[in-house]
Amino acid sequence: MSKPKCWQDVPPGTIAWGASARDVETGLWRSMRPILDRNKCISCLKCWLQCPDASIETDGEGKVNGINMFFCKGCGVCDKVCPVGAISMHPEADFSSECRKRGEDPGRVADHVR
Amino acid sequence: MAGINLKELTNRQSPLTEGHRMCPGCGAPTAVRQGLMAVEDPVVIVGATGCFEVSTTVYPYSAWRVPYMHIAFENAGAGVSGVAAAHKVLSRKGAVKDNIKFAAVGGDGGTYDIGLQSLSGALERGHDFTYICYNNQGYMNTGAQRSSATPANASATTSPAGSVIPGKLERAKDLTEIVAAHDIPYVAQTTLHDPMDVIRKVKRAVETPGPAFVNILVPCPLFWKIDPANQVKVCKLAADSRFWPIYEVIDGRHVLSYDPKDPVPLKDFLMVQGRYSHLFKKGKERTDLIEQGQADVDREWEKLLKKCSGWTG
Ligand SMILES: Cc1ncc(C[n+]2csc(CCOP(=O)(O)OP(=O)(O)O)c2C)c(N)n1
Ligand code: SF4
Ligand code: SF4
Ligand code: SF4
Ligand SMILES: [Mg+2]
Repeated sequence: MSKPKCWQDVPPGTIAWGASARDVETGLWRSMRPILDRNKCISCLKCWLQCPDASIETDGEGKVNGINMFFCKGCGVCDKVCPVGAISMHPEADFSSECRKRGEDPGRVADHVR
Repeated sequence: MAGINLKELTNRQSPLTEGHRMCPGCGAPTAVRQGLMAVEDPVVIVGATGCFEVSTTVYPYSAWRVPYMHIAFENAGAGVSGVAAAHKVLSRKGAVKDNIKFAAVGGDGGTYDIGLQSLSGALERGHDFTYICYNNQGYMNTGAQRSSATPANASATTSPAGSVIPGKLERAKDLTEIVAAHDIPYVAQTTLHDPMDVIRKVKRAVETPGPAFVNILVPCPLFWKIDPANQVKVCKLAADSRFWPIYEVIDGRHVLSYDPKDPVPLKDFLMVQGRYSHLFKKGKERTDLIEQGQADVDREWEKLLKKCSGWTG
């Protein structure tokens, strides 16, 4: 049986596909965004070890090279454990122009609340 | 730490994936991810109902790369016994060749309370498994009710601080010592203050033949009422105040793994958590309860040091 495309394809009573939660964009929960300053980072891996959502990315050589915005929930743990202040937290709204560039409507949440 | 190379670990796939639906800044996934990080053998997970079980297996998704068995709230010990026993028989018959390890993961409610008899039975029967208790000190998945792991004076929804009681009246059960009394090969207690301690202890537990138990104190930012970003700091205060001693029991010998160089008063650990805020109300400070709590910590610490004396690891 091939991998299901949507939940209706999944046979009832079982979750047969391991690691399928990697399809779930928990980054949509984020209200604060961590930004990594790679020039400051000393790759001590503290953030990598303590991130509850395994969202700190490494380059294969044990160096931190990014934060996965698809999964990062914006808890701020990485920022607090960083010994050199290489991570800073910023309101997610500050990045709305980024969504506009991608053709998304950054105001969709606000509209909905209104 | 000998035998554990962090750089190498960054290239290994974690048994627990991203995309789980634990709250932002929850300590439970951190503890389990750290713990399983350095385990070399394939591992099968048996999960007792609770936040972690529910949120890593939201239908139809699974945040597990490894075989995972959902078990009821009360019987993770029995469930893991069954799969470990089946593996033993199949190995004997030659049907399975892999050296597979089995780990049950349960919350404090599932471990200290409702699953205790099933855990005790599994420990006594001596199956080859590890039990990881992620201890957030209450029943979180159903709304922060008190459990027997909830410390005295913590305000929980079934022991709310108010004009009648100052939070939970009873002290927490010492489950680590209850498990140690089963005389199993490996028992350990830790928290998220030091990832290497968690990594080492769970690895050792899994690699130890026979039953092993690791009790990991993890913050639930919702119940503890802390800024999720501060979870590591709060865990450090738990260890540094000796509220949560970091130790292990290896073949019946107690060994202290962390002796805080600059111990802090219990007050420092309590003060940063909203669940104790009623103890610190201006003009209505409950210094009596804080002092009582400190006396309990001091007494338990002395008891632990006595058990540790004579052994060096
Ligand atoms: C026999 C039984 N009783 C009650 C429940 C409801 N229930 C589900 S999770 C839960 C709380 C679990 O607490 P804990 O084990 O500490 O895990 P946490 O949610 O704190 O992570 C309860 C009471 C249940 N699933 N089964
Ligand atoms: S903000 Fe939280 S989830 Fe995001 S990368 Fe940092 S620790 Fe991980
Ligand atoms: S904690 Fe800071 S210095 Fe260490 S790896 Fe992360 S970003 Fe880099
Ligand atoms: S309620 Fe608490 S224990 Fe449950 S997922 Fe949220 S933070 Fe974690
Ligand atoms: Mg709990």
